[in-house]
Amino acid sequence: MKRLILILLLLPFVNTFASGGSEHLEQAQANIRSKESLINGAKYYMSYCSSCHSLQYQRYSRMAQDLGLTKEEVEENLIFTGAKFTDHITNNMSAADAEKWFGKAPPDLTVIAKARGVDWIYTYLKSFYKDPTRPSGWNNTLFVGASMPNVFWKEQGVQEAHFEEHTTADGVVTHSFKEFTKLSQGTMSDEEFNETVRDVVNFLAYTAEPAQLIRMAYAPWVLLFLVIFTFMAYLLKKNYFKDIH
Amino acid sequence: MSKTKTSKGMGARFLDWMDYRLPVSKMWKEHVSEYYAPKNFNFWYFFGSLAMLVLVNQLLTGIWLTMHYKPDAEQAFGAVEYIMRDVPWGWLIRYLHTTGASAFFIVVYLHMFRGLMYGSYKKPRELIWVFGMVIYVALMAEAFMGYVLPWGNMSYWGAKVITQLFGVIPGVGDTLLEWIRGDYIVSDATLNRFFALHVVAVPIVLLALVVLHLAALHTVGSNNPDGVEIKKNKDENGIPKDGIPFHPYYTVKDIFGVGMFLLIFLFIVFVKPDMGGLFLEHDNYTPADPGVTPAHIKPVWYFTPFYAILKAVPNPLGGMILMFTAIILLFTLPWLDRSEVKSIRYRLLPFKIALFSFVTAFVILGWLGMQSGSTVQKYMAIVCTVVYFAYFPFLYFYSKNEKHKPIPERLTH
Repeated sequence: MKRLILILLLLPFVNTFASGGSEHLEQAQANIRSKESLINGAKYYMSYCSSCHSLQYQRYSRMAQDLGLTKEEVEENLIFTGAKFTDHITNNMSAADAEKWFGKAPPDLTVIAKARGVDWIYTYLKSFYKDPTRPSGWNNTLFVGASMPNVFWKEQGVQEAHFEEHTTADGVVTHSFKEFTKLSQGTMSDEEFNETVRDVVNFLAYTAEPAQLIRMAYAPWVLLFLVIFTFMAYLLKKNYFKDIH
Repeated sequence: MSKTKTSKGMGARFLDWMDYRLPVSKMWKEHVSEYYAPKNFNFWYFFGSLAMLVLVNQLLTGIWLTMHYKPDAEQAFGAVEYIMRDVPWGWLIRYLHTTGASAFFIVVYLHMFRGLMYGSYKKPRELIWVFGMVIYVALMAEAFMGYVLPWGNMSYWGAKVITQLFGVIPGVGDTLLEWIRGDYIVSDATLNRFFALHVVAVPIVLLALVVLHLAALHTVGSNNPDGVEIKKNKDENGIPKDGIPFHPYYTVKDIFGVGMFLLIFLFIVFVKPDMGGLFLEHDNYTPADPGVTPAHIKPVWYFTPFYAILKAVPNPLGGMILMFTAIILLFTLPWLDRSEVKSIRYRLLPFKIALFSFVTAFVILGWLGMQSGSTVQKYMAIVCTVVYFAYFPFLYFYSKNEKHKPIPERLTH
């Protein structure tokens, strides 16, 4: 019975229940505590992503506060839309235009890191390859048929994807991704590029929940207080119950 | 005027004034300071007071969430993000509420398991059990409607799938479905009425039920791990020999329980509020979209055992009937269990195996309800459903002439 109790109590802590897809994801290893990484990520996000993907729940001012940037720094380097410092990070693209250009309006990415997970985004951004059959000229091994082009092609260099052909017992032919080869070298080394993508993903992990910086800072103190409180409560209880047999 | 009256302090005089008009002292004595509870309550007896704590947490955080939330299909998702970002401490209030929802079910499931182990549902406590079961059902309705409010994609599709259950009822199904949703599809109208029910109607019902649950408990007195009635052995003053006043003994002990609970609860709130997608699901961070079906629709973990039973039957109507039967059967336990012994301590191995299998089947069903459902998992769900349902007839027939260990006269430990 004791073991059963333990299982029941531990059950909600088991993470494997939540495991999603079976695709192989690279580890982003993003560090939300690194301000440097978040600022670099913000810089790349604003230059490369924000014209299509809004962050409609995130304010510039909140970002400045959490990333340790001044109002001037943000206004000079990160606001490209003429927005006010306290505005949400939106863009000037109308939904109708977006649908015409991409087939589907680019989604808002404020909480995408919660929906997809950082590893998924990290892998996605690195998995673009040249595919002349697609309208944009790009395809993605993780998200096949994505409408998004490879915005980092200059930095990453152009990739080509190689697939393996499998024939099942019923004669159905399937393809599985094998590897990428580079058609041209980018302006960044592979290492630099990984670092840049990691920073962008890290920034998205931040925008998905700005409060995580605060809550993680409070956590040890809250728990320390409770350990002391519970210990005192235990002593009190023990004292009251010493005459009860 | 007599001089002796002035010797009383302000507080005491105020209490006298109150007592003359309202049974304050009488109620306090009856339900707290002179409510005699068995002295041998163990770990399992924390969960009643903890359920109360979580209820209060849900009510308070809920009130503050309502101050900032917008029950509108266009604004709901954004309102939640607004609470998480722009409302001071909004993130804490929301996480206390979302974690509280899961904590409520953990606490209530453990509380119910305690009842099954020690026979707390048996005569004379049938009504306590029945009120408790109604609380459980009301809680499920409350949690389901609350889950719809953030208007994420899983909120939407969860609402669609669960309300559809009523649509399979022959004859009235379609009409009933439309009546529940307030529209032909799950829409703004559905969100609005779920909001009204979640924040007004069901909480009132829940509070009333808790009062009834406790009133019934205090009428017959608490059971205990020995399952021996302490009221059978009273001293010359009419106080149970094995009883101790609820206050200060169990108030002090429950404070310790609260500390232990909060350690785990607040660890989740501050460190892991999503619980890896178990308490806050990944798919619910995408706004509701009737055009995009999530790859894998499933309810939150506390509903998954019943969801697995539903899916174990190929016929939708059959599945729904079986699922509701799984809940209804729990109501009948006080009358199915005919044994003269209450506690598992004095029952023999067959009962222990049956209860263990029942609980294990329920937990495995909970896991299966979260899976996408391979062939093996489908067979597992059928086996576990059979084990779950088998518990009830087993108990009915086995308990009729059940052999048991000798039951002590007084409490042991």
